[in-house]
Amino acid sequence: MSAAVRILSAGPGVTLQDGGRRGLLRFGVTPAGPMDVGAYAAVLMAAEAAIGAAAIEVSLGGVELAAEGETIGLAIAGGAFDIRLDGVSLPAACALALSPGARLSIRAGAGGAWCYVAPFAVVDLPLVLGSLATHVRSRLGPFGGRALQAGDALPLIALRSPPKEPLQILAPWLIPGLAPGAAPLRALPGPQDDYFSSAAETLFYETQWRVSPRCDRMAYRLDGAALDHARGHDIVSDGVARGAVQIPGDGAPLVLMADRQPTGGYPKIAHVIAADLDALAQLRPGEPVRFSRATHGEAVDARRTRAAQFSAGVALTPMLRRDVDASVLASVNLIDGVVDARRHSD
Amino acid sequence: MDTAPRFLDAGEAALGVEFGAIVDPAINAKVLALDAALRAAAIAGVIETVPTYRALMVHYEPLELPRDDLVARIRVLLAHSGAAPSPRARWRLPVSYDPVDAEDLFALAAAAGLTPERVRALHAGAEYRAYMYGFAPGWLYLGGLPRELAVPRRATPRAPTPEGAILVGGGLALIAANSMPTGWYVVARTPERLFSLERAPSFFIEPGDAICFEGVDRATFAALEARVKAGDIVAQRERLA
Repeated sequence: MSAAVRILSAGPGVTLQDGGRRGLLRFGVTPAGPMDVGAYAAVLMAAEAAIGAAAIEVSLGGVELAAEGETIGLAIAGGAFDIRLDGVSLPAACALALSPGARLSIRAGAGGAWCYVAPFAVVDLPLVLGSLATHVRSRLGPFGGRALQAGDALPLIALRSPPKEPLQILAPWLIPGLAPGAAPLRALPGPQDDYFSSAAETLFYETQWRVSPRCDRMAYRLDGAALDHARGHDIVSDGVARGAVQIPGDGAPLVLMADRQPTGGYPKIAHVIAADLDALAQLRPGEPVRFSRATHGEAVDARRTRAAQFSAGVALTPMLRRDVDASVLASVNLIDGVVDARRHSD
Repeated sequence: MDTAPRFLDAGEAALGVEFGAIVDPAINAKVLALDAALRAAAIAGVIETVPTYRALMVHYEPLELPRDDLVARIRVLLAHSGAAPSPRARWRLPVSYDPVDAEDLFALAAAAGLTPERVRALHAGAEYRAYMYGFAPGWLYLGGLPRELAVPRRATPRAPTPEGAILVGGGLALIAANSMPTGWYVVARTPERLFSLERAPSFFIEPGDAICFEGVDRATFAALEARVKAGDIVAQRERLA
């Protein structure tokens, strides 16, 4: 039997992603790719996968995985998700060996909105327009461009040896979720800041926004204030970049994320800088966010700092004893009993 | 006299080069000329360019190509780029104006104060310019719609369009690759697919190309549709001087 990762169950919005679909923006093709670029990069590093390799993006809906054919190494990182291997709790960022017959469960935990799983192997699926990224809205990607669901198998080739024991992944850029007292996210004003009054621009930077329940891989809508347009809310459509803050007719900002359209017709008051966009991606509906003005030079400096962190890579360390002590295991089993009882009564 | 374009940062890794504020063939020709020049120059650090109506979006890596260097390179290309390219190709796209396919022909005629026959004649008699793709893969926005057909979009969206819908709204024309609810009017339908994963190339009309619509009867439509399903491109390409 050849090696594969089998999806035992998947909540809505769990997809396969890679570095994104490149070179086809001009034909209206959305790049897709990971919501949290840093967490995705971390799992690839931990799994010693090629840059741009495929990984599973787990939503708040969670996922359960099994190995088929062989024991498969998996690297997991992202928000503070609840990771359990056969019921035993593991750190939210870890590398482990999944043996056939074992069950890995990844569920929404203490914080964060997205989690990534990369196999110590190459996902052997045909590329769609040069990529394994999934864009559900235009039905592009593996599995006909749909989200992953129970029963799907990711065939694996070129397996690398899995870790002998579970290891914790340490990467300074990982964002477990909303950090109390976190600095505002930095944003570069423009390019259509002339479409807004100075009062509206000030309001954008002074408002404590909340992520709206209307948020998805395409855009995070923010609640908290309505920004008035000085010159109407239609512009002649132009190109759109990741992190763009569009202000549509109702005045509520839309921050464009991985599944953004390549072009758009709403004025953009600012762009969240790339180094801070992962922190926005990991926010859940209802969580607060503020923005501060950055210059182009500051944004590039932050990008350089992040690139230097990435090139230093991740550290893999054995877990501390207290992570798996007897009391934790006992509570884990109790909780599992409750979860199982619920499942059986469904 | 030419005015210099505006350089507009869209975050630290994308630069918009804006040649004007309106939908205009001469402005769009400048966008496409710079797009062609940038692609030919193959500058390290330029990731991808996206031509739109009146601006070119340049996605780049600022750690490899600093913004000021990119602007300087673009200024040199602008100074040395020749005349704006004329359309590389004119495509004759078969369409059915049969009421079965042209679902909104009567509604559009009423909105424009014309007879359905006049709407059909005006629409089929014009030459359009492919300005840009947008919204979704293979959705192509066209200029060149006769002024008499420039009606506002619907106040509320209509039911999802059929595949291959030829749409009119807000003074522009649009070829829709797949089925979506829309505020535009369905004025005809083409058996052609501007985007198909089952075909190489997946896309074949380039921004800047010219497009004409050629009315065909339902029997011809059905025959062409069968060829498209088999992977053919049925639009006729005319090379231009």
